[in-house]
Amino acid sequence: MHISHDPWIWIAAILTLAIFSFLYKDNPFFKMAEHIFVGVATGYGFVYTWNNGIYPNLLRPLFVDHQILFVIPFILGLMYLSVVVPKFAYFIRWPFAFLLGVGSGLSIPLAFRASLVEQIKYTILPNPHGMSMGLFINALLILIGVVTVVLYFYFSTPHEGVMKPVTKVGIVFLMVGFGASFGYTIMARFSLLVGRFEFLLGNWLGVLPWLR
Amino acid sequence: MVLNLIVFMLAASGVLKVTDIPNDDGSRLKVEYLIPESFDSAFLYRVSGDKSVLIKRPTNKEGVIVDMGLSYKKEYRYRLVVYADTMKKEYESALVKPRASWFDTSQFPLFIVVILYTGLLLFYLQHARSGKSLYLRPIAGLQAVDEAVGRATEMGRPILYVPGLSSISDVATIAALNILSHVTKKAGEYETKILVPVRDPVVYTIAREIVKEAYYSIGRPDLYNENDVFFATDSQFGYAAHVSGTMVREKTATNFFLGMFWAESLILSETGASTGAIQIAGTDAVTQLPFFIVTCDYTLMGEELYAASAYLSKEPMLTATLKGQDAMKIIILVVIGALSILNLFGVHVTLGLF
Repeated sequence: MHISHDPWIWIAAILTLAIFSFLYKDNPFFKMAEHIFVGVATGYGFVYTWNNGIYPNLLRPLFVDHQILFVIPFILGLMYLSVVVPKFAYFIRWPFAFLLGVGSGLSIPLAFRASLVEQIKYTILPNPHGMSMGLFINALLILIGVVTVVLYFYFSTPHEGVMKPVTKVGIVFLMVGFGASFGYTIMARFSLLVGRFEFLLGNWLGVLPWLR
Repeated sequence: MVLNLIVFMLAASGVLKVTDIPNDDGSRLKVEYLIPESFDSAFLYRVSGDKSVLIKRPTNKEGVIVDMGLSYKKEYRYRLVVYADTMKKEYESALVKPRASWFDTSQFPLFIVVILYTGLLLFYLQHARSGKSLYLRPIAGLQAVDEAVGRATEMGRPILYVPGLSSISDVATIAALNILSHVTKKAGEYETKILVPVRDPVVYTIAREIVKEAYYSIGRPDLYNENDVFFATDSQFGYAAHVSGTMVREKTATNFFLGMFWAESLILSETGASTGAIQIAGTDAVTQLPFFIVTCDYTLMGEELYAASAYLSKEPMLTATLKGQDAMKIIILVVIGALSILNLFGVHVTLGLF
């Protein structure tokens, strides 16, 4: 056993254990780690945004390079802050309107292309000529899955009559997909947990010789 | 060693073909080359004014490259230099100027689809505004909202409302904020406290206004406490740790997790489940839905979240949007079915889209 002498390793290990202690119940150690985490993350976030966003993308072009067009984002940014003065709080609508307008304009054509056209393209049944039976059955399953799931999310008709069995098939497809996704993600989470234990047992306590 | 090169300067006809790529901002040219003889090495240059830049060292006799990062204000010439034994041959293209387009005409079929969809929305909006009722089927998770608020009231504990971790540009966040208004009104009617921790500064501002307006709309502005809607942190797991702590300390009776979530979804909902709170979740994040399904009492899946805001508010605009989407779904299914049948008979139709 070769316990680490690095104070940063000790801090990281104690904070890890403090967070893990929540598995037992809420306690002062967890609260301390939580508040340090929130405080450090917020401080880090502010510095990161300043150094990688506000200064290089706004303040430097405007005040150092004198690019006058940057006055527009500068004013829009200031309007965000108007919310702290109730009398001028309505100014915040301008940057919001700008953000939503530009966001919608940019994302709608992309969403139609990526989420609609591309999905339809790969759902349409191919010509079976020259295709193996396995691939054709696969394509058929995709078609049935898409049609039944889309009908499950059809809100204009109750799930009764002919819609009932169709939407039942749809929900089966959904659950199979969710099950696969669940298993896959859980495996990824376990690898994170293993990583944390390797840190505690290897880097900190030194009981794993290959990680000292 | 000095090579005695025999140099040929040749017109590029048939060897170099440079064409403009349509429907772009004039920053690209397509360069096709076909080297007629075998060669030891070859170099393709872009020439603009006095400047010559090597853009490729061809290894095959023929090839196509897309030269990018050009300016539509300049003219370009391409020069291919080929070395074979002791010979050097140079082929030069004519001057070509990239053309910038105002419109991307290849997107025209997509534009028609957007127009069709917008037309459907406007049709249903007109229908809704004329006072005619539009039917929406009941959604289980939504019917439980009132029940969940009532439970928190009976227990005398607060409600926790997490409007996702994404920004306001996310549709799921907008849907979550619409539902927040309804939940706040219900909570206000029963004088139940609602806590709204937020990760995004813009969402925080909007959430605060929504909660305030909801209390005003039911005539209870006195219930609004600006500390109940608060910015936690923009760190994903810092936020998860904070909300988990809040659930345990405040002993929230009802938790709403509506909006966009990532890897923190299970941390939040599992903590909530361990406290015994009734939980209603809703997200369009496909990878997080399984976690909500196993840990929450009700889960709004994907589009059900968008439908929720229309269903709860009964706003003509939102209801019409949902009906328009439904009509579009039927059109899509018909298109998929028709094109599949045509494909089975060997008729491949693309509609200019696929």
